[in-house]
Amino acid sequence: MEIIVCVKQVPETTEVQIDPVKGTLIREGVAATINPFDLYAVEEALRLKERYGGSVTAISMGPPQAQSALRDVIALGCDRAVLLSDPLFAGSDTLATSYALACGIRKMGSYDLIICGLKTTDGDTGQVGPGLAEELGIPSVCYVRRIVELGDGYMVVERTLDDLYETVHTPIPCLITVTKEINNPRLASLKGKLAARKAEIPTWKPQDIGADPKRLGSAGSPTWVVKVFHPSTRRATEMLEGGPQSQAEQLIAKLRQRHVL
Amino acid sequence: MAEIKVDPQKCSGCGLCVDSCPFKCISLLDGIAAVREGCNFCGACVEVCPTEAIKIKREERAVDLSDFKGVLVFGEQVGGRISPVVYELLGKGRELADRLGQNLECVVLGKGMQGAAEDLVSYGVDRVHLYDHPILEAYRDDPYTQTLANLVKETKPCIFLLGATMIGRSLAPRLAVRLKTGLTADCTGLDIDEKGNLLQTRPAFGGNVMATILCEGHRPQMATVRYKVMKRAEKRQGWRGEVIERSLDETSILDRTKILASSHEPPGCSITEAEIIVSGGRGLGGPEGFKLIKELADALGGAVGASRCAVDDGWIAYRHQVGLSGKTVRPKLYIACGISGSVQHLAGMQTSDVIVAVNKDPNAPIFKVADYGIVGDLYEVIPKIIQAAKSAGR
Repeated sequence: MEIIVCVKQVPETTEVQIDPVKGTLIREGVAATINPFDLYAVEEALRLKERYGGSVTAISMGPPQAQSALRDVIALGCDRAVLLSDPLFAGSDTLATSYALACGIRKMGSYDLIICGLKTTDGDTGQVGPGLAEELGIPSVCYVRRIVELGDGYMVVERTLDDLYETVHTPIPCLITVTKEINNPRLASLKGKLAARKAEIPTWKPQDIGADPKRLGSAGSPTWVVKVFHPSTRRATEMLEGGPQSQAEQLIAKLRQRHVL
Repeated sequence: MAEIKVDPQKCSGCGLCVDSCPFKCISLLDGIAAVREGCNFCGACVEVCPTEAIKIKREERAVDLSDFKGVLVFGEQVGGRISPVVYELLGKGRELADRLGQNLECVVLGKGMQGAAEDLVSYGVDRVHLYDHPILEAYRDDPYTQTLANLVKETKPCIFLLGATMIGRSLAPRLAVRLKTGLTADCTGLDIDEKGNLLQTRPAFGGNVMATILCEGHRPQMATVRYKVMKRAEKRQGWRGEVIERSLDETSILDRTKILASSHEPPGCSITEAEIIVSGGRGLGGPEGFKLIKELADALGGAVGASRCAVDDGWIAYRHQVGLSGKTVRPKLYIACGISGSVQHLAGMQTSDVIVAVNKDPNAPIFKVADYGIVGDLYEVIPKIIQAAKSAGR
């Protein structure tokens, strides 16, 4: 079982603040971390490897410092990792990212399964997984919450679709994206941490993976951000005073006045 | 590729651009702004520069985009029932189509969907494309992607909207890659700019930031749109539109995955459909607090919601979770009890019509989005609200 997991390094988003005066993101002192949703993908890959043998390779695209996210997943038990890093990759939207990852994965050779997290916490799109499957021409099943069976040339998974659960049979190689329900990710072992420190993580550039520079980065991205701003959520709040009894009565009266009750 | 240039003659070294850059890739070198790697050409610096020293040159694309006309909406169905988000897409789609002076079209894939397709026309749709075939009965990536790609190549819509449901989010990225076009996820705002391009606004960074995104040089401009954000289309009396039945060449359809079984979630749990939601958070102090929340919800005829903290601590099931990593809701009334109001929670409920917050901490961020705020112990306040609601005749 040759498994590939896609991971991304993201800012620790809960700490991303907006400067109230200038309306820009404050990025100073914000640590980078592995996208939390990817840990479920890594965990599922490791469990499959432990059960069926084979190996797990992690791939990421990002700046040189994204290496540390890849070291983290080697510490968890991934066998090797590859980083796609080059200025030409910068500014890629989900279409260009899907293409770049597909080129990197094609270079790796054969595989049985690709696992992606549900989405990343920074971009929040969830588009790269299925987009990558389309680039590679393999089937994809999103929102997988359980792998039911892995057989010769196929797998059976359970996926969530809004208010529905479905059991899906798919040939492999294929790509799945997994939800948080699928497992409880492990922590790194001491042995893993040592392996991570020693691991060599190759960096591949567009020419290494035969990628067309016109399809990468800003050049290969149909979408671009024109504006970022802080959501205006503030309402004119009326505070109700005077103790629980009176507060409760005022509230019900006001809600009835506004015809919501 | 786009290019950004600073004119050193014009740059006064004021540093406004340095602060404006969301990607922190501008700095002052010898008193002149310098742009480092990492720029994504968002234009924030161009806007703030008082001396117009910064210019962004975007690559002109040779493709003729004027061939692409009309707004296409994906008429998602599950088990033969049109998903509620579709009616919202039709409401917004009609508005965008009218602004462009173009048609609103809808596409339905399924089995035995003729009646539903006829009904959709009356929501102000000019044309409903219907593919009725057993292969399309339930959503699967392969046949859906291929059928829609064929339709888009033939009808060349300018804009293609899909619901940001789990089906929409699985399908749209495959389709966008196949069509080699741009796709924006999870939009909460759509508008047309002065050049006729679609302005797509969406939350990013856990709802901390809103980003407006353009797809200027590719067609169709594709977006998935969040449920319960846009206004639902109304039925129109005497509206004239047509259903076009389209055939499917099944021999050309790749069909790799099979659905072996499916089961629905237990009924009565769907917070996305509820008109009134009472939600509990960490302030409840423990799982037993949800008994009180349920009691209030029952008294008001509403459903029970929860914050991520409460779900992560195992106090209540995930399907109750409201917020960015849970469900987006837009009820008539949302009552937040013991919820501080993290950005990720607010992103899932702030478009509710009326918001009430009950919290011990007067500085809790939830009060900023609330219409009515009660500072107090929820275990004292909520029983009184239940009482008041009951005696008011509900």
